[in-house]
Amino acid sequence: MAEAVQFAAESLAGGRARAARTVLDQVVLPGEELLLPEQEDVEGPGGAGERPLRLNAGTRSRLRVVCGPGLRRCGDRLLVTKCGRLRHKDPGSGSSGGVYWVDSQQKRYVPVKGDHVIGIVTAKSGDIFKVDVGGSEPASLSYLAFEGATKRNRPNVQVGDLIYGQFVVANKDMEPEMVCIDSCGRANGMGVIGHDGLLFKVTLGLIRKLLAPECEIIQEVGKLYPLEIVFGMNGRIWVKAKTIQQTLILANILEACEHMTADQRKQIFARLAEN
Amino acid sequence: MKETPLSNCERRFLLRAIEEKKRLDGRQTYDYRSIRVSFGTDYGCCVVELGKTRVLGQVSCELVSPKLNRATEGILFFNLELSQMAAPAFEPGRQSDLLVKLNRLLERCLRNSKCIDTESLCVVAGEKVWQIRVDLHLLNHDGNIIDAASIAAIVALCHFRRPDVSVQGDEVTLYAPEERDPVPLSIHHMPICVSFAFFQQGMYLLVDPNEREERVMDGLLVIAMNKHREICTIQSSGGIMLLKDQVLRCSKIAGVKVAEITELIQKALENDQKVRKEGGKFGFAESIANQRITAFKMEKAPVDTSDVEEKAEEIMAEAEPPPEVIAEPVLWTPGTAQIGEGVENTWGVLEDSEKEGEDEGGSDEAVLPDDVKMDTAEVSNVGSQDAPIVLSDSEEEEMIILEPDKNPKKIRTQIVSAKQEKAPSKKPARKRKKKRIVN
Repeated sequence: MAEAVQFAAESLAGGRARAARTVLDQVVLPGEELLLPEQEDVEGPGGAGERPLRLNAGTRSRLRVVCGPGLRRCGDRLLVTKCGRLRHKDPGSGSSGGVYWVDSQQKRYVPVKGDHVIGIVTAKSGDIFKVDVGGSEPASLSYLAFEGATKRNRPNVQVGDLIYGQFVVANKDMEPEMVCIDSCGRANGMGVIGHDGLLFKVTLGLIRKLLAPECEIIQEVGKLYPLEIVFGMNGRIWVKAKTIQQTLILANILEACEHMTADQRKQIFARLAEN
Repeated sequence: MKETPLSNCERRFLLRAIEEKKRLDGRQTYDYRSIRVSFGTDYGCCVVELGKTRVLGQVSCELVSPKLNRATEGILFFNLELSQMAAPAFEPGRQSDLLVKLNRLLERCLRNSKCIDTESLCVVAGEKVWQIRVDLHLLNHDGNIIDAASIAAIVALCHFRRPDVSVQGDEVTLYAPEERDPVPLSIHHMPICVSFAFFQQGMYLLVDPNEREERVMDGLLVIAMNKHREICTIQSSGGIMLLKDQVLRCSKIAGVKVAEITELIQKALENDQKVRKEGGKFGFAESIANQRITAFKMEKAPVDTSDVEEKAEEIMAEAEPPPEVIAEPVLWTPGTAQIGEGVENTWGVLEDSEKEGEDEGGSDEAVLPDDVKMDTAEVSNVGSQDAPIVLSDSEEEEMIILEPDKNPKKIRTQIVSAKQEKAPSKKPARKRKKKRIVN
């Protein structure tokens, strides 16, 4: 890790943009610029000055790159805005491009379009609910954005209720907006979360870990007790088991998972399963 | 920034858990969270951790003219600050109700209980007295600020030493710490606040409520007590009716808790004093890793020079001839050269020879007191090595490199598609779903 930081710092000091391909899974620092594979050929060894003339420069195959969290577009390069490890995922079709993002440990959530989050209703005002999602400002949620809601048939949402929803608008200049229906108008699991159960907060990194497909932790937890659980990308977890005791145990285990190795976790789960 | 609201389901859950005598962090009704007291390098500086709540205390003093109506008494000043660092809901530079309440409670607990002898702070009656200022900063907020702050205040006051003063006729002399040892304040007793949270109109009681418990409580009773079981302050807030029995029971519990905490504080103070006397690492310096070059800065240590010459001669006589070192410039590439002991890093060798350094080498390390020796040895190692490499074989490093252990695990779980990452799963009631990213 320390070496990687040193290396990143050196390259930053050098002022030369590195190719994104070469720093995958390495530490990147805010302010660093990354080159996409396409530009590597152009700006690679020869430098930007003498770019070979192409006959069909205009019809160059287009590259579709998605900037994930921690990256921003800066001209035709990627600008790093967070400190962490650079990750990449190839698109399915096998062409270049894909999704780049920076993995880092943080607690503060920044709304992202498409994220599923757990919010707390803080106010009802006319046609919209104000929902606290842990971001810098509350999100708005229209009362029509529930399954089966019409002007006559309002959803039953009280102040203080938990909402599981999805962002449809989330950018830095506007108030984020949530909905509790998908594009077909179905609830698809979203909506008001039950009145029992416990809500607690963990770091965003842990949430991502838990939501990874085939996450061992979730499978192991599922074997312990029958449970209902909701993960919000904003670092909130709602969990409900049969009894208060079980709910508390589950919440404490999930919180502790952040700092446990796989072996330690297995030991604890084995011990719990015995009881 | 606004405070995160408490949802209905959290409130309901907490109250139900309290009814079942369960707490979120697995504590019993009368349990305190773990308390940790650590000291700074200066006198009168300490950090108190009560679970995740942390308070920094710092005492300072100043010579001022006394108040007119109390010409022979020193002045005590307490100030608690709730910074935004502790919780985003605290606004900087604003006197919130909570802050005013906490500050007044602290003053009542510490000043009005006369735990500090203010008369001993008088230098010249009517002209010069000491003003003792206690600054408390909340570093992290996880409930029960008042208990943590009162512990931090009294620990900082006990730890503090003021410069010595002498008065001869009209002349007042202030001695620097080097001339005369600073003197501690005279403290009669140590009042410590213990908070009790009441729920369901006083039906249930919890000691040391954390942040979420504080939000759902109906009332709060704070009892400040010293280890002689003398109540220094008692305050009930929140507007609940308490029965006589309840208050009596709380005062009994407070007595037990205060005795435990006082013992812990005294142990911490003794430890710190012992380490300071021995000249080892103390205070926050303990936690500073010897990893960076800047961390090697150290103050001059007094060196015993009584029998240096004999000792040096003795060492020289006994020691073997120094190993042959050929200081030959090594030519790497044209234009660059390296001078030194050679190509290889010889730190390991130096570190090894350090143990027998007393009888070998004849360097200045040999005459230093034992405890300083380690540090200087490391410093000189760095000095002799021209490459700015961090110490790689110090013991601290093994403890610090915890993160790389975690990383492999992270990599495993985090090589996931961003698509699936953004589709939270709900098990088992809500089935896992996958969502395509709309670009």
